[in-house]
Amino acid sequence: MKSAIFASAAVVALVAFGTPAAFAQSRDTIQIAGSSTVLPFSSIVAEEFGNAFPDFNTPNVAGGGSGGGKRQLCEGVGEATLDIANSSSKMGARELESCQANGVEDVREIVFGFDGIVFATGIEQGDFALEPVHLYKAIAAQVPVDGAMVANPYTNWSDIDASLPDQAIFIAIPGTNHGTREVFDERVLAIGCEAAELPEMDEDAMEAACLTPRQDVVVEIAGDYTETLARLQSNPEAVGVFGLSFYDQNRDSLKVATVSGVEPSLETIASGDYPVSRPLQFYVKGAHIGVIPGIEDYVAFFLSEQMAGAGGTLEAAGLVPASSEFLAAQLDAFNNAEQYQPQ
Amino acid sequence: MTDTLLSAASPGSRNREQVRKGLRRRHRSEVLFRWAGILSIVAALGFVAILFGMILSKGMPSFWQSTLHLEAYFDPELIEGGPQPQREDSNSDADYQRAYSNWQRAVTLSNWNTVVETAIRAQVPEFEIETGDLLDLVTTAARFQLRDQYFANPDVLGQTMPVSILGSANTDNWLKGTIDRSQPDARQQLAPETRQLADQFLEQGIIRFDFAGHIFTNVDSRSAPASAGLAGAFMGSLYMMMVVIVLAVPIGVASAVYLEEFAPKNRWTDLIEVNINNLAAVPSIVFGLLGAAVFINYFGLPRSAPIVGGLVLTLMTLPTIIIATRSSLRAVPPSLRQAALGLGASRNQTVFHHVLPMTFPGILTATIIGVAQALGETAPLLLIGMSAFIANIPSSPMDSATALPVQIYLWQGNENRNFFEARTSAAIIVLLGLMLMLNAIAIFLRSRLEKRA
Repeated sequence: MKSAIFASAAVVALVAFGTPAAFAQSRDTIQIAGSSTVLPFSSIVAEEFGNAFPDFNTPNVAGGGSGGGKRQLCEGVGEATLDIANSSSKMGARELESCQANGVEDVREIVFGFDGIVFATGIEQGDFALEPVHLYKAIAAQVPVDGAMVANPYTNWSDIDASLPDQAIFIAIPGTNHGTREVFDERVLAIGCEAAELPEMDEDAMEAACLTPRQDVVVEIAGDYTETLARLQSNPEAVGVFGLSFYDQNRDSLKVATVSGVEPSLETIASGDYPVSRPLQFYVKGAHIGVIPGIEDYVAFFLSEQMAGAGGTLEAAGLVPASSEFLAAQLDAFNNAEQYQPQ
Repeated sequence: MTDTLLSAASPGSRNREQVRKGLRRRHRSEVLFRWAGILSIVAALGFVAILFGMILSKGMPSFWQSTLHLEAYFDPELIEGGPQPQREDSNSDADYQRAYSNWQRAVTLSNWNTVVETAIRAQVPEFEIETGDLLDLVTTAARFQLRDQYFANPDVLGQTMPVSILGSANTDNWLKGTIDRSQPDARQQLAPETRQLADQFLEQGIIRFDFAGHIFTNVDSRSAPASAGLAGAFMGSLYMMMVVIVLAVPIGVASAVYLEEFAPKNRWTDLIEVNINNLAAVPSIVFGLLGAAVFINYFGLPRSAPIVGGLVLTLMTLPTIIIATRSSLRAVPPSLRQAALGLGASRNQTVFHHVLPMTFPGILTATIIGVAQALGETAPLLLIGMSAFIANIPSSPMDSATALPVQIYLWQGNENRNFFEARTSAAIIVLLGLMLMLNAIAIFLRSRLEKRA
């Protein structure tokens, strides 16, 4: 105890009088941050990695959303910066440019599996059979009525479509810091918007009309899914957006909606029948490989059959696994230092 | 006026009447005020009681966790790597190290799940259940637990040993009823056979609710939520508090003494005083932003490290300590200073031999209140990366760690709500216990020092 006090006093003295160079000692723990959807998978792998390889430290995994993770990854190269960014959305061209502007040249993408975005209500609510167009009409700030854009008039789900339950519209969607939101915009709102047949307008106006949510009955959740769940518990009429894995862990209190007639499950997402799914990935800073110990082993361990493979630990945690050929190809690409190219 | 006076029976009785009326009004308002006071105390205590009652009733059950008491056979056919390599004179250090770590890896890669499975099946040889469903009964950390037991004592190879393995989080939910037991299979986390087996084991006494000491000794866990504990967060908080005490107390007391006893009273010291008071009112999250910008980005200190957390919390605690120390210095009667100066003591001697010792109880109280406040602080720590998932116990303030309140926040956000709701409350109980202990120490020390002074 006494030596610990002395040690901390020494450290404190070092902080007070030392120069930044005093901390150039090498870091030996992998630092990971990003998507809260990927976080559970990533932490499980990190923990198992620490258990299976006694010679490496257990990597540290932080949340912060896909956007936050990629931003931290792109802050630069060096001990104080992130090694791996978890993301539930692809890195965009602009994000990659900001990376390169900060000297992060070598960015490698690893897709390790898939996740579905599900719509769920409290367990006692009516059955929802949703179509993207229903969601668009429930969420958008302006919707077309008789060929003209008007402020969203719908207050009840049954106003939108007679097949939906007669309950007030209240929907909790992920905030813009979440990768889930991007997929939600792309796979639900944009498609629903197309089906809603908006009047002619230029492209920017169209995008705004499709993707701008109204503020009265739509809440954007910046926190994690627990916060969305809390919204559903306080307002029984609310519909929430969750990841499949979160729903899977809370099946006793959530009722899931079908989208385009398909119920989300590991099978329907893997087969591609369920329309709202996205790949999950992480981005590795190539410049840190060989500097921070264990990055290559972590990636290989992540993509191994026992973790991300079918029947592996992550599937039990709710990941939709990719085929073993796909995972092997990802590992090959990583080992061959293939650079990430945004589409 | 004169009319009324004349028509009254007598001026004296009228006056008395007025006084009596006034008195009645005053008594009424006094009674009303007293009742309002009692009511507000009852309301305040009621809220505290509800809060504590809820936390205790939710959290206490998670200190007792379903544990399987089994006989595990350390099967030489399953456990690879053979016997532990022995140190021989002919071997060099490096050779031995290599052999040892090869052996360690081989043991780790052995199929420990089968060892666990065999141990469970031995209890119910007749029961038909798939391997996956069977293993859902116990925590996924069971295999590492058996492995570590083997590492600690490799002589058990080929022997049968009694082991206690934690039930999985879902088993615990089922047995404690934190998941609705009446819900259909599709909404349950465990397969029907697993649930049946869990109930049977509980009846046979193979599963017992043991005290969950691992809450205090284990680190956080995502892959095996049942074995998640607070040890890492506790050590992180401890390191931070050490940094806070080592930095904030001397700096805070020294600046208070200088400002109160030595500094000239002019516009500069006024400005400093105003700013210190303002600093005490700055929301803590601002200190977090500052810490991230200065300590991490500029000084290049590691993210998620207790040293940074401690520095940020020091900034937050300093004004508390300075203000409290100054007010207790001001409470020391000036006659004491004058007497000391009159007897020829220097100003330095006056302050350090006579004035400062009188203020120890005050300084101590301020320190402990400041530290307790810092111990419960969460917001600034989120910004310096202390909200990461960290599965190591930090061995120094430079290592990554979380803190107790951040651990509460992280558990609150865990997706296994049924299990972690109780766990979160358990962590709150631990944190509150620590706070109460700190306060008790403060009161004890203060009363002792006051007696002496």
